[in-house]
Amino acid sequence: MNDITQQKFGSIETVIDGLATAGYICSRQIGTAVYLAQQLQKPVLVEGPAGVGKTELAKATASYFGLPLIRMQCYEGLDEAKALYEWKYGKQLLYTQILKDKLGESLRDSDSLPAALERLRSLDDVFFSEQFLEARPLLKALQQPAGAVLLVDEVDKADQEFEAFLLEILSDFQVTIPEIGTITAGVPPIVFLTSNNTRDLGDALKRRCLHLHIGFPDGGLEERIIAIKVPGVAASLRRQIVALVQQMRTLDMRKLPSVSETIDWARVLLLLHAERLESEMVQETLNVLLKYEEDIEAVRNKIPGLVLQATRDAGAV
Amino acid sequence: MNQPFLRFLQAVRGAGVRVSVSESIDAFKTLDLIGYGDRQLLKDSLGLVLAKTEEEKLRFAECFELYFTRKDFAGAPSAQERQAADHEASGDSETPLGRMLLSGDQAGLATAMEAAANAAQVSEISFFTQTNIYARRIMESMGLEPLEAEIRRLRALGTPEAEATADALDRGRTYLGQQVREFMERQLAVYAQGKSQALRDDFLQNTRLSNLDRRDFQRMKVIVRAMAKRLATRHARIKRTARRGQLDVRRMIRHNMHHDGMMFRTAWKKRKIERPRVVAICDVSGSVAAVAQFLLLFLYSLNEVLSDIRSFAFSSSLIEVSEILERQGIEDAIAQILKDIGFGSTNYGRALADFKAGWIDKVDNKTTVIIIGDARGNYTDPRLDIMKSLYERAKRVIWLNPEYQSSWGSGDSDMLRYRPFCHLAAVCNSVRHLERCLTALLED
Repeated sequence: MNDITQQKFGSIETVIDGLATAGYICSRQIGTAVYLAQQLQKPVLVEGPAGVGKTELAKATASYFGLPLIRMQCYEGLDEAKALYEWKYGKQLLYTQILKDKLGESLRDSDSLPAALERLRSLDDVFFSEQFLEARPLLKALQQPAGAVLLVDEVDKADQEFEAFLLEILSDFQVTIPEIGTITAGVPPIVFLTSNNTRDLGDALKRRCLHLHIGFPDGGLEERIIAIKVPGVAASLRRQIVALVQQMRTLDMRKLPSVSETIDWARVLLLLHAERLESEMVQETLNVLLKYEEDIEAVRNKIPGLVLQATRDAGAV
Repeated sequence: MNQPFLRFLQAVRGAGVRVSVSESIDAFKTLDLIGYGDRQLLKDSLGLVLAKTEEEKLRFAECFELYFTRKDFAGAPSAQERQAADHEASGDSETPLGRMLLSGDQAGLATAMEAAANAAQVSEISFFTQTNIYARRIMESMGLEPLEAEIRRLRALGTPEAEATADALDRGRTYLGQQVREFMERQLAVYAQGKSQALRDDFLQNTRLSNLDRRDFQRMKVIVRAMAKRLATRHARIKRTARRGQLDVRRMIRHNMHHDGMMFRTAWKKRKIERPRVVAICDVSGSVAAVAQFLLLFLYSLNEVLSDIRSFAFSSSLIEVSEILERQGIEDAIAQILKDIGFGSTNYGRALADFKAGWIDKVDNKTTVIIIGDARGNYTDPRLDIMKSLYERAKRVIWLNPEYQSSWGSGDSDMLRYRPFCHLAAVCNSVRHLERCLTALLED
């Protein structure tokens, strides 16, 4: 990690401010997690409902520190050939074909079989060198000269075997390739793992990580997020939007609207040139906030009351 | 080594947060980095390092507050107040403890108490009955005996001045006693919570369901869910077995790249083995009223562990309850099922007939049928023919009976007549039993 990056990690406050300049407004807890991750050189496991900015955190961190973001999306059936490395078979075959004559030539003047074997052995690792190695995200993250931000997205979607395979990288920042040996990171990457809790992650994985839970933000924080993400929205409308969404989150629904939906909704309202919330407009744009028909049905008739309350709350602030 | 912090980690463990050795090391590193200066920051940071689920985070926060709150001797009257109150008692004490009490030295007293608590190994406390003995030990190691000796000596002197000092020391001693006992109560909360909970849980797991108290139902729910979760995680991976005879060409080429394309090692296509398909039928009639709630709890946890399960409940007639279990919270679901169909008179024959009429085609040679009930059918026709056809169709029929084996077949119990048509008939009347049965089912 070079000096500038080191400086950027000076204290928790600098980290929080820095992330804010990268367009990510975070609570103190999140800032602490990023700071500790760098200081203790530990991966961060980020959990929380969908759309609260888990992935965004990694992106913002990368952009603030000027490090490349290497993202690996997990899914069922992901294996090491897709995550770590793959040999460039085609190139290997092509080269053996092209070099066939060359090989024959160099072997010709050895008179006995053992001598030819000896000859070959001196050339051995030619076709299994890094030249023929196709680096996949995990290996790429270790190879970055200035360090990197590695985002292992939705790790809970991958198989359990893959989780075990991640352990070596997470604890020692190294991987073992049978044909070459162990590759260690020059500069340990900052690692974020995100999970939506579709299944429980193993204890071994959790033990190696810092555990950060991001919940829905409170009103003040959400307003600041909207202000930075959708700058065109007037302050009064912003307050009303946030007040309404905060109220909705207290209702019993299949999927609560999260920050990303609030942002989308603010954008929509901006496009519609709304100046303040009106129940009709809210009802028409409800499908931006809520993603299930049953939720929309349940909320629809409560809208006038909610809007009234939101306007009142926003006015009182 | 940082003893108080080590004890904090122990307390966190006691509160039910899993803290491994490597996490303790991380916690120490974090402490070095953060320091004790900012309380909220320390709490946040340690929370990141130690607590790894949302529930653990709550427990951690609670434990942190308990442990790092020090209110001892906060109310100790300061030296001036004390002197104003007993101005004639300006006499000094000869013992260090007496001097601290007379001068109202809060910091000194608190430090002495912490040291004494260390010496008395307070962190070993497990039961509330131990509070007094630990309090006594702390006071003794703080120097209670010399203090009492001094009071006796002053009283023996009999001069008014000595009497006044003795009174002041007496008050100080009572005050100290109160403080130490309060301190111990807090310590009990910090250290013993986990231990006594563990003891209680252990007891609940092994108790017969019919003997459980209503008040234990809450805790049972937690235990059963924990079990369900444990089983689910253990069996979440889908097993793959080789489908001998079909080559996986892509993988084989890859495996054999070392050999320059010579196919030395073969790779075979694999078949996924899905988790078992289960049909569960649960008796909720009057005869099992005492355990019906728990049987449904079992059914509910089964529903959480297994992905492909259809659940049925019956007293005399039988209904499908998969939907209710799937969609509602555990308490609502149980209440609803009991309301819909519970506490009737049992008729196993009718229930089996209902099942045959509606769902028998759902049972095939991949299905496991679990029947949970006492097999007491009020001398009605047990319909062994349906049971036999179930036995022939299904992969396995498992009967879990909450009664002990010795009472099978007694009175109106048809268990012995049903048993030949079960691949497995087992007693299942505690959480332990249930876990064993489920594990056997899932590992198959």
